[in-house]
Amino acid sequence: MEIVLNGASHPLTEGESLQQLIVALELAGKAVAVAVNRQVVPASLWPQRILQPEDKVDVVRAIGGG
Amino acid sequence: MDLNSIPETGQADAGLTIAGKTYSSRLLVGSGKYRDLEQTRAATEASGAEIITVAIRRVNIGQDPNAPNLLDVVPPTRYTILPNTAGCYTAADAIYTLQLGRELLNGHKLAKLEVLGDERTLFPNMPETLKAAEALVKDGFDVMVYCSDDPIQARILEEIGCVAVMPLASLIGSGMGILNPWNLSLIIEQAKVPVLVDAGVGTASDAAIAMELGCDGVLMNTAIAGAQDPIRMARAMRLAIEAGREAFLAGRIPKRFAASPSSPMAGRVK
Repeated sequence: MEIVLNGASHPLTEGESLQQLIVALELAGKAVAVAVNRQVVPASLWPQRILQPEDKVDVVRAIGGG
Repeated sequence: MDLNSIPETGQADAGLTIAGKTYSSRLLVGSGKYRDLEQTRAATEASGAEIITVAIRRVNIGQDPNAPNLLDVVPPTRYTILPNTAGCYTAADAIYTLQLGRELLNGHKLAKLEVLGDERTLFPNMPETLKAAEALVKDGFDVMVYCSDDPIQARILEEIGCVAVMPLASLIGSGMGILNPWNLSLIIEQAKVPVLVDAGVGTASDAAIAMELGCDGVLMNTAIAGAQDPIRMARAMRLAIEAGREAFLAGRIPKRFAASPSSPMAGRVK
């Protein structure tokens, strides 16, 4: 199936959790925040959150800005 | 603020209190436009700033996940990190961005709100800003809000419950300094929350002038990061903020279109 990850189409196995996605992206334990369909999902809930087709996922971090 | 309640001579400056926390530095800095993270770190340190704004942006998927992160060089353990909504043109995007920022900083409520109206001028869209401010305050954020230097807008933002109002001196990144000190004075006179100049500061004198007018603090980014020697300019700004604040507390002489000799007339040789 496909989700939209940070604005781009991203293939994903059915039934995969947000936690598995973050691990696959090598972002586990990094300073990131995640939202699915514009709802923030706290890290403690990543393992339980199973991604659905066409889910829009935003993974963000802090960068330099004024 | 009450311009009649200035502390007695010699009393130490009580510091800048925002949302119940007191800071000794009245200089707030952004973290953008530096050459690299090391320069960001060094300039921030030289500035003496305790509050640093950061932008919230999508991670570059596929980029080296072990590359150093901004928060490694300006850690939340040492600084108060202020997530901003730079690049947001709608209240919805600003609210969403700050919700992500709050999650990123483990529930930290202090946030900088800006909702822009125009890509060329980066002037704030005040109707969208008011909308976002209301929703964010309701959602428990402590909102420091970038706004036009319109005293009515500033008052409405304060009534909504923003913890600080931050009128622009001039356009973001323009270095034009304070274009309307009169409006700024009107805002300062009426405000019961801290007033910080945000946007448009160019050099040290601009920061000093802001403090002399009675501002509680100044937020700047380009003035430091864009200077030829950012570390040196960060130091200059630190001194300027202190000098301007001291001058304000000292109570300046009025401007008069008349001379007043500094030496007595009596006893002159003829």
